[in-house]
Amino acid sequence: MTETSRPGAATADHGHVEVDSVVLSAELVEGGSVASHDVAEYALWLGDDALVIAQQLGWWISRAPELEEDVALGNIGLDLLGHARSLLHYAGAESGRSEDDLAYWRDEPQFRSAHLFEQPNGDFAHTIARQFIAAHYLFELYTRLQASGDATLAAIAAKSVKEVDYHRDHAVQWILRLALGTDESRRRMVTGLSDLWPYVDELFVDEPLIDRLEGVAVRPSSLRQAFDEAIVPVLAEAELDVPRGFISSGGGRGGRHSENLGFILAEMQVLARAHPGASW
Amino acid sequence: MTTPAEPYALPAEASVEVSAEEHQFNELIAADSRIEPRDWMPEAYRKTLVRQISQHANSEIIGMQPEANWITRAPSLKRKAILMAKVQDEAGHGLYLYSAAQTLGTSRDEMTDALIAGKARYSSIFNYPSPTWADMGAIGWLVDGAAICNQVPLCRASYGPYGRAMVRICKEESFHQRQGFEILLELMNGTPAQREMAQDAVNRWYWPALQMFGPPDNDSPNSAQSMAWNIKRFSNDELRQRFVGMCVPQAEVLGVTLPDPDLRYNEETKQYDMGEIDWTEFHEVLAGRGPANARRLQRRREAHEEGAWVREAAVAYARKQAVAATAVA
Repeated sequence: MTETSRPGAATADHGHVEVDSVVLSAELVEGGSVASHDVAEYALWLGDDALVIAQQLGWWISRAPELEEDVALGNIGLDLLGHARSLLHYAGAESGRSEDDLAYWRDEPQFRSAHLFEQPNGDFAHTIARQFIAAHYLFELYTRLQASGDATLAAIAAKSVKEVDYHRDHAVQWILRLALGTDESRRRMVTGLSDLWPYVDELFVDEPLIDRLEGVAVRPSSLRQAFDEAIVPVLAEAELDVPRGFISSGGGRGGRHSENLGFILAEMQVLARAHPGASW
Repeated sequence: MTTPAEPYALPAEASVEVSAEEHQFNELIAADSRIEPRDWMPEAYRKTLVRQISQHANSEIIGMQPEANWITRAPSLKRKAILMAKVQDEAGHGLYLYSAAQTLGTSRDEMTDALIAGKARYSSIFNYPSPTWADMGAIGWLVDGAAICNQVPLCRASYGPYGRAMVRICKEESFHQRQGFEILLELMNGTPAQREMAQDAVNRWYWPALQMFGPPDNDSPNSAQSMAWNIKRFSNDELRQRFVGMCVPQAEVLGVTLPDPDLRYNEETKQYDMGEIDWTEFHEVLAGRGPANARRLQRRREAHEEGAWVREAAVAYARKQAVAATAVA
């Protein structure tokens, strides 16, 4: 959908987005298959993860440290919003709800996102730490989900994996720059990584839903080794230690969220909820 | 870079003689050809371009704010995606334009510093606030619509890098204008509250959009020289007239009323006669007394200052990498 700007490019080429390309692709809208209840729930996990982080990345546009990053974070957010829309559209078909019904008319306990995605933007180092973890997790997930027995999930994964691959690259470049740049940037990068690290484990927890979706869903625990193998060399190059300390008990997949999600949803939903039944 | 170290000035006694390079410049302009960065150019031409291109770039950057204001609250995911795409397009336009200005010997840092210090201009329109969602429609339809009228002729501007940047920018602006129109159309087909929101936004943005074309021709000091240099192709009043002519039929399709009681078609001139523009307000906003001037610059300054440590890190890292590469070689 959009090209992702490579960090450091003098004049970042930014994706040109036509109105038509932000409309869901036809195979999803017309005659698309309807997910079973369990598959819909799984699509909600992934869709909510993408939606919540896209919502937060949108805040950076016009506030980033340099124009190239306004463009890059905007593109990344736009990619993730695209994934969210496809996944929520699919998740809602089972219950006759639209992507917007799911995004704007559910409350916190109905959201299935993991806690990592709802952690605040913080400073740029926090956002990069969150991106670094999220992009590596999503890359491993979508790589495997392409082989899902569910054709719609496989198709969404095939499109998304190429995009999160660029997101990984963007985050890695910034982890290196910040960790090895100045004393100030290194201090901030260490803090950012250690503040976000407690939310890593939740991403790899197998819930009972996964047992019921053998061959359809990707087992989260099966991704951990590949995730570690991808990030450890980057942290080593950046001369960063894998943080130790707190580990959040999570609970997002069951609708138990941190204190942040309520604020994120309040802002996201405020206008839509002021005009019930309106179309935009 | 071919920037002369000293401001270009011919000694008075030599001013009647045209140097070979000036002759070539004049020939290129007369033939409606392009001036490129390595070509000789009069210092005044260079200054005019730097002023215009950097103001244009600054406008793109400050212009991100009124719309970024609604990204997190967009009322549907499709609208959110379109708005994110649009605002990041504007950052991209700022980048192209700063690059075009850099070919004239002014660095992006200088232009950024001047903007943040409040010394550089940007389009006054962005000093108006965007309190409702309908402002996303009105900005796209009216502000981007006016920008297109201004900018399409700039694709033929005599300075090559500027003209080429404008070609790409104009393609994207037409998408921006269309999405604004669609937002308003959806609102006008919606609930009474949505229709009211749309009309209110059009009421607030229409006159400032007309002011975007600049002062009337008889009060526009720089226009004549810019037209002689093939930078500007049409006068402010001509462009404003063209814009009004585009808006009227579109307003009819939308079902919104343009807030000018004197607006009517003149059978003789085949154009729309319009009411008096409040130039006092225009000059007030230009002088820094608009509704959101302080807020816009504050936000830009904060983003710049809060990002300083990130930019410093990138520079330090690049330097270390270069040193390491040299050591290996």
